[in-house]
Amino acid sequence: MYTFSSKLKTFSFILMAVGLLGIGYGFLTAPKDIQEVEKLLAAESHGGHGEAKHEATAAAEPSHEAVAAHSEATEEKKTEESHEAVAPTDDTTKVADATHAEPVHAEAAVKKEGHDVSEEAEHKEHLNHVLHQLQNKPWSALYVACIFFMLVSLGVLVFYAIQQVAQAGWSPVLFRVMQGITSYLPVGSVIFFVILILCGLHFNHIFIWLDPEVVANDKLIANKTGYLNFPFWIIRAAIFLTGWSLYQYFSRKNCLAQDEANDDSFYKKNFNISAMFLVFFIVSESIMSWDWIMSIDPHWFSTLFGWYVFSSFFVSGVTTIALISLYLKSRGYLEHVNTSHIHDLAKFMFGLSVFWTYLWFSQFMLIWYANIPEEVTYFITRIELYNLPFFGAVVMNFLFPLLILINTDFKRITWVLVMAGIVILAGHYIDFFNMIMPGTVGDRWFIGVPEIASVLFFLGLFIYVVFTALTKAPLLAKRNPFIGESKHFHY
Amino acid sequence: MSNKVIYAIYNDDDILMDAVKKTRAAHHHIEEVFTPFPVHGLDKAMGIAPTRLAICAFLYGCVGISVATAMMNYIMIQDWPQDIGGKPSFSYIENMPAFVPIMFELTVFFAAHLMVITFYMRSKLWPFKEAENPDVRTTDDHFLMEVAVNDNEEELISFFQSTGAVEVKVIEKH
Repeated sequence: MYTFSSKLKTFSFILMAVGLLGIGYGFLTAPKDIQEVEKLLAAESHGGHGEAKHEATAAAEPSHEAVAAHSEATEEKKTEESHEAVAPTDDTTKVADATHAEPVHAEAAVKKEGHDVSEEAEHKEHLNHVLHQLQNKPWSALYVACIFFMLVSLGVLVFYAIQQVAQAGWSPVLFRVMQGITSYLPVGSVIFFVILILCGLHFNHIFIWLDPEVVANDKLIANKTGYLNFPFWIIRAAIFLTGWSLYQYFSRKNCLAQDEANDDSFYKKNFNISAMFLVFFIVSESIMSWDWIMSIDPHWFSTLFGWYVFSSFFVSGVTTIALISLYLKSRGYLEHVNTSHIHDLAKFMFGLSVFWTYLWFSQFMLIWYANIPEEVTYFITRIELYNLPFFGAVVMNFLFPLLILINTDFKRITWVLVMAGIVILAGHYIDFFNMIMPGTVGDRWFIGVPEIASVLFFLGLFIYVVFTALTKAPLLAKRNPFIGESKHFHY
Repeated sequence: MSNKVIYAIYNDDDILMDAVKKTRAAHHHIEEVFTPFPVHGLDKAMGIAPTRLAICAFLYGCVGISVATAMMNYIMIQDWPQDIGGKPSFSYIENMPAFVPIMFELTVFFAAHLMVITFYMRSKLWPFKEAENPDVRTTDDHFLMEVAVNDNEEELISFFQSTGAVEVKVIEKH
């Protein structure tokens, strides 16, 4: 039996405490009204980077504003608006900027007659917009960290279910580790569900389609209200989260019961529910990715988004299994886990990293090639405003694991794996950051106190829940029919 | 005397594996093992140095990606500049996403084909090559271990019989 070392427990509590403080700080320092934003912007424009920053804001405006487009585009507006957009750097930018400049302040301009009046309204609208972005920031930080850790445990759950259904012979010695990690899923789901409800109660503007005012002025979103409406959305979330957690609960229960059983009936039950879970999962996962991530940019869509999100949290899940197994082994537990098991996990980390890149690139290349304005705006925003995290994620999630894990011997060296694992996990956090932040905070992003604090809080909670769960059951599923094969697994 | 070898024939891969380990432990020199199918872990048990084919594969892949880059740059950018996806930048790096599938495919193509060719050359295999395996049954269901004899014929015969060989014979090799 594993005992939760008091050092690690204290560490997890410290992480949670520091995280909570940082999250609180993030919420307290977010601006409350337009006046504060005005002061903030004025202060920024006096700074050394003032002018550049302001220009960047103007450039950012179109892409975000387009999401909340208030009216149809008018041809005459085009010329006037082009003053707002920063001088385009290349052709692609020009196309996207021009398209998105159109709807920006069209409504204001149509309603007001004089140019001065329209400018004032524009300024006000801009302030309001920045206010919403800045108010979103602590919420988005919380949201990204929350969904990331929840999906990591979901990724582990899927990996575990696949092992059950495939009747894999190598992995049963790791089942208890996987079950420990997935026990975070119900906890994470509850917190995540609460955040979704708070979104629905308009505590933030993460999901702009939840705002009836936006929907009323936006034909594209209005067309989607049959699917994107709060009751249906929250019911879907409830069904998915409950479904996954139920599988997690019963699968663990059966696996524990199998330890004391005289036959394989619990194992067979687990096989059946795992197969059913995988069918449920692949459908619910796609819908989940649209609901919780893609709908943040409600005008944009990508047909392989579900797979893309899946690959991201799946590789993170496998990496987490490897890291926690290595930790437990270094503490003298898991005596049956040998280097071949670790080697296999490392092969999965390597292969799934390439899989993630394949989907990342497939999504990017088609949109880049076709260059359709309403699609390409998604990547324009990311490349122009999120350049470092956008390409940084590719380096961390593809180049680094590719080069370091391609070597067979490296896949067995603990410190290499730990380093690669930490980079992969951080890279996929940034990947989720890139999916969520541009639609919620636009160019106001920064990995600062609220973001880091949110990660620390959920990391602390994750460590606490997972290692507490690991103490509850023996670390070897001793009566699993494949346990003998798994113990002697030799690559 | 030095070109005398012993053929120990087995009919099960597990027995063969155990026999190989015992032979190594007894410090007899295994010349070669012939099997009808790849036996997992046999190379390690025989003490053969790990394969360097993976390093070749990596280098061939590097060649492939370089060839693809040079080729696409020449064809699409230099020789006959193309307007790719409505973005007439005529720069390789700006059009790179369009070339990634080709770069990937040629990497795989070069790595795979050159690796197979290297493998055949290293294994001394080519078309119309005559089979080297000493007993035709090794292409069906038997496993054969070839061990050098150094004035210890009697000892070796009894040793291999004790390892579970179904047949042990001494052959004068030419």
